[in-house]
Amino acid sequence: MVRVAVVRFPGSNCDEDARRAAERAGAEAFFVWHRDTALGGADVVILPGGFSYGDYLRSGAIARFSPVMAAVQAHAAAGGTVIGICNGFQILCEAHLLPGALMRNAGLRFVSKPVDVLVERVDTPFTWAFDRPTQVRLPVAHGEGRYVADGVTLAMLEAEGRVVLRYARPAAGTEPNPNGAERDIAGICNAERNVVGIMPHPERVVDPALGSADGLLFFRSLAAPRPVAGGTR
Amino acid sequence: MSYRVHVRVVPRAGILDPQGQAVEHALGVLGFAEASGVRVGRAIELTVAAGSRDEAEARARKMCDRLLANPVTEDYLVEVEEA
Repeated sequence: MVRVAVVRFPGSNCDEDARRAAERAGAEAFFVWHRDTALGGADVVILPGGFSYGDYLRSGAIARFSPVMAAVQAHAAAGGTVIGICNGFQILCEAHLLPGALMRNAGLRFVSKPVDVLVERVDTPFTWAFDRPTQVRLPVAHGEGRYVADGVTLAMLEAEGRVVLRYARPAAGTEPNPNGAERDIAGICNAERNVVGIMPHPERVVDPALGSADGLLFFRSLAAPRPVAGGTR
Repeated sequence: MSYRVHVRVVPRAGILDPQGQAVEHALGVLGFAEASGVRVGRAIELTVAAGSRDEAEARARKMCDRLLANPVTEDYLVEVEEA
């Protein structure tokens, strides 16, 4: 059974949802404290959403220096799967495990609502179960979700197929880009494709009783791994 | 010796600064139409123990590169005075 570690930082608040979503998808999931220096033999590490360290200085800026992050860096360097959701994505960018940064929403407001996103790449450990590019509706809840990177980095992400999730274009009946992210980027992966960061919260929609199970396939991808081009577990 | 270090961190030119835009708009509403190019950042002050002013500045710049500023999106200015 795939072992999924969910890292808890002071201020994490989507940790329980992430653990339950991974369990529901068939994985063995457990918590790791931010002061821990080992990952308990995890195959997959999830950095969950929340407001680690109160978002002081910049979102994720303090969390990236937590003791556990050395183990997360080593896990990623060894090809292990690392997933960042919302604040977890911000931490991965601050830790330079992913390029770019997440800045204050263009509209200055905290946005908490469902948005439509295209799962554009299914060749990552977090999305392969979708089989083909698929549009899903996922909740977002963030004040600093505007993805920013320099032009060279953006061109590289596009050329290498590393935009994993993209907000839907504005159209009748769709909820588009909620934060002004460059190129409508909602999620990216690293060059080796084993580190993935996304702003939306699939862990909040894994049960029809919660209104939708659109997020379940992300966690099924983690729980029943198959080899992914360019990366292994 | 100890030195008082003033660090100013601002969004890099060319990066959208919605806070700056909102403040600029508000200034205009208040009649300060002459204000433009508003950028909102943060100021950090700290005391640094160092053997010289140059050393204090070099250490403060390292702090900015590692933690105080995000090199992807922000520029910083460091000023040093004897404490």
